[in-house]
Amino acid sequence: MKRMVQIGVLALQGDVQEHMAMVEAAGGRAMEVRTREALREVDGLIIPGGESTTIGGLMARYGLDEAIRERVRDGFPVFGTCAGLILMASEVDGGEPPLLRVMDVRVQRNAYGRQRESFEAKVEVPLLGADPLRVAFIRAPRIERVGPAVEVLATYQGRPVLVRQGNLLGATFHPEICGDPRVHEYFLLVITS
Amino acid sequence: MDQGTVAIKRGLAQMLKGGVIMDVTNAEQARIAEEAGAVAVMALERVPADIRAQGGVARMADPRKIKEIMEAVTIPVMAKVRIGHFVEAQILEALGVDFIDESEVLTPADERYHIDKHRFKVPFVCGARDLGEALRRIGEGAAMIRTKGEAGTGNVVEAVRHMRLIMDGIRQLQVLPEEELMTASKELGAPFELVLETRRLGRLPVVNFAAGGIATPADAALMMQLGADGVFVGSGIFKSENPARRARAIVEAVTYFNDPEVLARVSEGLGEPMRGIDVRKLEEKELLQIRGQ
Repeated sequence: MKRMVQIGVLALQGDVQEHMAMVEAAGGRAMEVRTREALREVDGLIIPGGESTTIGGLMARYGLDEAIRERVRDGFPVFGTCAGLILMASEVDGGEPPLLRVMDVRVQRNAYGRQRESFEAKVEVPLLGADPLRVAFIRAPRIERVGPAVEVLATYQGRPVLVRQGNLLGATFHPEICGDPRVHEYFLLVITS
Repeated sequence: MDQGTVAIKRGLAQMLKGGVIMDVTNAEQARIAEEAGAVAVMALERVPADIRAQGGVARMADPRKIKEIMEAVTIPVMAKVRIGHFVEAQILEALGVDFIDESEVLTPADERYHIDKHRFKVPFVCGARDLGEALRRIGEGAAMIRTKGEAGTGNVVEAVRHMRLIMDGIRQLQVLPEEELMTASKELGAPFELVLETRRLGRLPVVNFAAGGIATPADAALMMQLGADGVFVGSGIFKSENPARRARAIVEAVTYFNDPEVLARVSEGLGEPMRGIDVRKLEEKELLQIRGQ
């Protein structure tokens, strides 16, 4: 029997369980990653939604930033949602300096305003079928610039919201809390192909 | 595009999971909290320990103070309103506060009714001592629950009691046969639909934090091992000898709550914790947790 794809969810802070449930729904196996040792055991990593300053601070204190960057250089697949994308970006406006700097995008933190401006919306992702995704933008960042190696998989109000660069995937929204596992299925595909 | 939906309100609480929310009374404390890794700050006029010591009517903080704190940090800012004081809540929503705590720590404005939280776009967190109370608050629209504990005491015993009562209540629901659920709902004083949902999920339908008396990294990890999704620390940080260090240590303790070696390391040399109060020596009328049932 073929080994199931093992996906780590960075469990320093954020909606870890929600991502794990989506990974399982998409047919993968999920495990929490809090240490460099655990990071070595997984085929891909999800950096969840949460507070990017909190997750970033803990990553740096526990040496996970360097460990992730090192694996990414060898083609390790990483999927960041919201805070996760902010941590992957090469440039960040409105907060802490960029941490991982593995994805060639510039993001603006809290770009839509405060919590009362957070929203649910339907986003068309042609790659995932005709049915739009219903997703949540919570104190979401906005992608202000994408580098030449970055492919835009979906836009909302004319701005990129789901992007891919090689084996790296980033979303400004939360695909993990609205019950549709298609983005996670796509990440599994990125890992296996 | 839809704003203020149930998913969006509960969603922000989900993003706070595994994190520490810290009480702060000015911009400088807010920056210390953010720097230490807090996922949000609670903007207050006085921390619960001072409210307890000074007495008088405790109300919503001055909007100027809240704005000063909102400008100082990029993480979400919460603020408290009195139980039932829906106008204080309207004011906080107008200010753009990210989360409202309808809190027993302030002096209640209504001894019978809580705020109809469904009417607001901004999410609410409410305190609870057991499953019935938690589900009543969710029924009124709370997007997040926290244990009441006994705020301002630096004593974790009441938070432990409340978390155990909530978790026991959930476990009991899961073993009941279907025909007993309506009676269970009646006895809990909780909406039937939420009783069914809680039973199906095996957890509260919203995020559930621990609060009220947490003062050390070990306290925080204890609450996490008992099933909390995260932790509020009120007086415990800025009433201690070295707030920045203690704040950082508690953040790490919540992430590595199952790793005693990390807990041992971060607990070392933090200086004096807040002094604390033996809850058994408090008179019934001095308890904050009995406000709003």
